[in-house]
Amino acid sequence: MNALSAMLARDLRVAVRVGGGALIGVLFFLVVVTLTPLALGPDLALLQRIGPAILWLAALLANLLALDRLFAADHEDGSLDLILTGRAPLELVVAVKGLAQWLTTGLPLVIATPPIGLFLNLDAKAEGTLVLTLLVGTPGLTFIGLIGAALAVTLRRGGLLVAVLVLPLTVPVLIFGVAAANAAVMGPVPFGTPFTILCALTLASLVVGPFAAAAALRQEME
Amino acid sequence: MAIADLANPSRFLNLANRVIPWLGGLTVIVFALAISRAMNAPDDYQQGATVKIMYLHVPGAWLGMLGWGLMTVAALGTLVWRHPLADVTAKAAAPIGAAFTFMCLVTGSLWGRPMWGTYWVWDARLTSVLVLFLLYLGVIALWRTVEEPSRAARAAAILTLVGALDLPIIKFSVDWWNTLHQPASVLRLGAPTIDPSILIPLLISALAFTLLFAVLLLAAMRNEILRRRVRTLRLLQASTTS
Repeated sequence: MNALSAMLARDLRVAVRVGGGALIGVLFFLVVVTLTPLALGPDLALLQRIGPAILWLAALLANLLALDRLFAADHEDGSLDLILTGRAPLELVVAVKGLAQWLTTGLPLVIATPPIGLFLNLDAKAEGTLVLTLLVGTPGLTFIGLIGAALAVTLRRGGLLVAVLVLPLTVPVLIFGVAAANAAVMGPVPFGTPFTILCALTLASLVVGPFAAAAALRQEME
Repeated sequence: MAIADLANPSRFLNLANRVIPWLGGLTVIVFALAISRAMNAPDDYQQGATVKIMYLHVPGAWLGMLGWGLMTVAALGTLVWRHPLADVTAKAAAPIGAAFTFMCLVTGSLWGRPMWGTYWVWDARLTSVLVLFLLYLGVIALWRTVEEPSRAARAAAILTLVGALDLPIIKFSVDWWNTLHQPASVLRLGAPTIDPSILIPLLISALAFTLLFAVLLLAAMRNEILRRRVRTLRLLQASTTS
């Protein structure tokens, strides 16, 4: 347990101190949301209707940004070898790294959503459900992303490949996240139906992600 | 000959060289039969002659899913038993499966235009098959990015196992969601809902495409084994001359 909490503290410290820290993801989120109305035109009714979808897409892309450095940085400075030979189970270490990743990229997005939602003319109810769906959905995105990050750890052009590998796997989370956010505002499906499926998807990825990512790391570092 | 004997690539090559011409000939014969039966099959009372697209569309969909299923089994073979032919199978099956999935998407799109009035709708079945196609392309990209075959095989195997979660979603998408795509009509509990006059040509056509899949897979596996031998010989040559 001690090794795991040390791991968490280290990852958080590195994320905050290096390269703008957590805020760079929020900045990217803000830029994407700013660009969308410029591309679509400033029709407030339209923006209100597709706002949840835009914010979800922006969160998906912002989450992708930090992924290719997740294990690659550890691989380059040698700490990944130490982790692999260490006594803590690799699956748990990977899960802790995922948690740190979510705390520094996913959670700031969730917190930044209400003010950014104002740009898209979202009302209070839409904002509330959107924050709730992102809070539940972004851990799922991060933990699915772990698999891609682990697969691409030793590749030279990993970044693009991570995007191609991870995005198809995140399709269900995106579908049910947006469906739940829309259902609360427009109906006709009750909010609970897509939302519980979203919870299930996140819980499943919390299990599958660390195991698959740990298996991939073991195979690659042999 | 037991399956374990085939672990030896040379024995597999011998078998493949003997089987491929016969299997290829059989494929041609079954295709001829399938084409004649499909041409003589009655038109649908509502859809007219466009129902004949089904003889390409449905086998494409089945084999696209079969390809990933095969890769999933091969992925287990790679990760669990380290079977030397498993990663060759997985690598050879990916482009073939992608091609059949693509055929399913294209024929479905062309069929959708006259019947549904649109080339594409974002319903569950179509979306999940498109995701399968994207997963195929991702696996192929991964194979091509990692240089050393055995490492590429293990990375691709893990991605294949995770991607296999899409297969049940495709199969049951028409039952779980209310889709424009029609529900399962052949592989379902109870009898098929297709009239035998159309079902039998469909099954023959599916058999023909399955044989084609097998022939292409065997040939692609043979090429992959030979390609690896060439690579090893080149590495050997480079290390001895320098």
